[in-house]
Amino acid sequence: MTMTTEAITLGDAVNFISLEADYLDHRDYAAWLALWADGGTYVIPIDPAAEDFADRLNYAYDDAAMRRMRVARLTNGESISARDAAHTLRSLSRFRMLDAATRDGTTRIRCAQHLVEYRRDRFRTYAANVTYTLRREGGEIRLVEKVVRLLNSTDALAGMSFLL
Amino acid sequence: MTADNFGDLVQPDRVHISLYRDPAIFEQEIDRIFNRTWVWVAHRSDIPNPGDFVTTHVGRQPVIVSRTRAGDVHVMVNRCRHRGATVCEVRKGNAPGFVCPYHAWTYGQDGRLRGVPLPKGYKNFDKADYGLIQLRVEEYNGLIFATFNHDIEPLDNYLGRAKPWIDLFMKQGSGFPVKTLGEHRFTFPGNWKIQLENTTDAYHFPIVHKSFLTSLDGATEDLFSFMDAGGYVEDLGNGHSVMVMIPELVDLEENLEADIPDRFAAIAEELRKDYSEQEVRRIVRAVGGSGFNLNLFPNIACSMAFFRVLRPLAVDETEIRHIAIGMDGGPDIANRARMRLHEHFQGPMGFGTPDDAEAWERVQRGSAGTADPSWIMVNRGEDKTTTNAGDVTAETGMRAAYQMWKRMMSA
Repeated sequence: MTMTTEAITLGDAVNFISLEADYLDHRDYAAWLALWADGGTYVIPIDPAAEDFADRLNYAYDDAAMRRMRVARLTNGESISARDAAHTLRSLSRFRMLDAATRDGTTRIRCAQHLVEYRRDRFRTYAANVTYTLRREGGEIRLVEKVVRLLNSTDALAGMSFLL
Repeated sequence: MTADNFGDLVQPDRVHISLYRDPAIFEQEIDRIFNRTWVWVAHRSDIPNPGDFVTTHVGRQPVIVSRTRAGDVHVMVNRCRHRGATVCEVRKGNAPGFVCPYHAWTYGQDGRLRGVPLPKGYKNFDKADYGLIQLRVEEYNGLIFATFNHDIEPLDNYLGRAKPWIDLFMKQGSGFPVKTLGEHRFTFPGNWKIQLENTTDAYHFPIVHKSFLTSLDGATEDLFSFMDAGGYVEDLGNGHSVMVMIPELVDLEENLEADIPDRFAAIAEELRKDYSEQEVRRIVRAVGGSGFNLNLFPNIACSMAFFRVLRPLAVDETEIRHIAIGMDGGPDIANRARMRLHEHFQGPMGFGTPDDAEAWERVQRGSAGTADPSWIMVNRGEDKTTTNAGDVTAETGMRAAYQMWKRMMSA
């Protein structure tokens, strides 16, 4: 048995990202939380060019605690918007490996996400560039960072009762 | 619809449901309110330097808010005086002037027409007659307002008794100038007055924002459980009102000797490396914002820790901006904390805003039930109309706004 961590191939990443998308569309939020590395960050920036998020206003800038609270809000029945949550269907494509393997063992993949939201007689679409930073932990791929850059991030959006 | 009818639609304790749904009333509101009174357009920090500008709207009209080389602020209609194209489509920037993309009519930072190509094609043409249309502009404590009504009373008079509350609100700069830090912008399918009402509606908070309260730590949850904490609502005149939810956070420069709450202990420790104990206490006390919402008729609120700005798009569509504010030149750690708090509650992915938007949308949908009696009730705390009435859930602020609405619509 070797101690070398197995590299994440583009195929591995596509499978992982597809699984994550399926969890989110089917609102299996507990499974979604389990995909994350402990120190992972989930970011929905406003500024599409931003690379450093801590010192600017985002839509979401979540550490593990905020992610758990966000999921609790979407599932515990206390939120009136989440009680009648939207249904979503997301398609991911145009996968590209940005960094095959960095020194800290992470792999970065960028892809296109086309999400259709349906709620109360109305469809909305959200197009985004999504960047995933992935790492193997004990053989399992874990999410270290997910950044969803909406094409219309600086426009007026509407309340979201789902996760991008 | 005659002026008399508008009066009938607003009673002291109720307003008619047609105020949310009638497109003819909406058109009149644009003419009689948004095109006629002081409308907030920007914060001073949005355009700090000569040549800085932002584009926004007054009612439905696109405007440019521009700071000239001399430092004056001009607000002008974003429409070329030749054939009507917008002369600027950038939301924010710095420019020596504005050039129409269609035929290159060129305007200065102050909106004056500087030049046109091939001027020989015009007879008796005086450039002074063709500047961008100017609004009247006045500023109070960093808040820049503009109006199409050049005969209106001075902004100072219009704000009146709201001014001391604006001054209190700006104390959250904790000694630094207040600066805007970005914004969440969203729309909801409902009438603008539904949002206007909500800014002084404490009654909804524990219901609509239950999921937000649950997400807070115990001490913070106690702070936001202000149903019975001595709060009150006061009519400040001209449709303005204040709702005090947390009386101990009205004046952020008072009570600096109090214990620092646990949730700010780490920030305080970090700040002590660079600031005196007094400064640390002042900054920490300001991080969470003020304990009140100040509603300024018709389009802006100074709401706890941010500016809420509304823009009517249609009788049943409204745009809201939640503008984060912080300390200009203040410690990064404090501004970062303020932005994280803003993200927690505000915006399309916040823990508060989507639930507010849901409630407002439901009001609009429900207003299709026009069967009599078709009134929206704003009669809570009707017996408590004087200052410091002791009931934070009183609908005094809504009544104040609707009486101003009635005055302006009947004028």
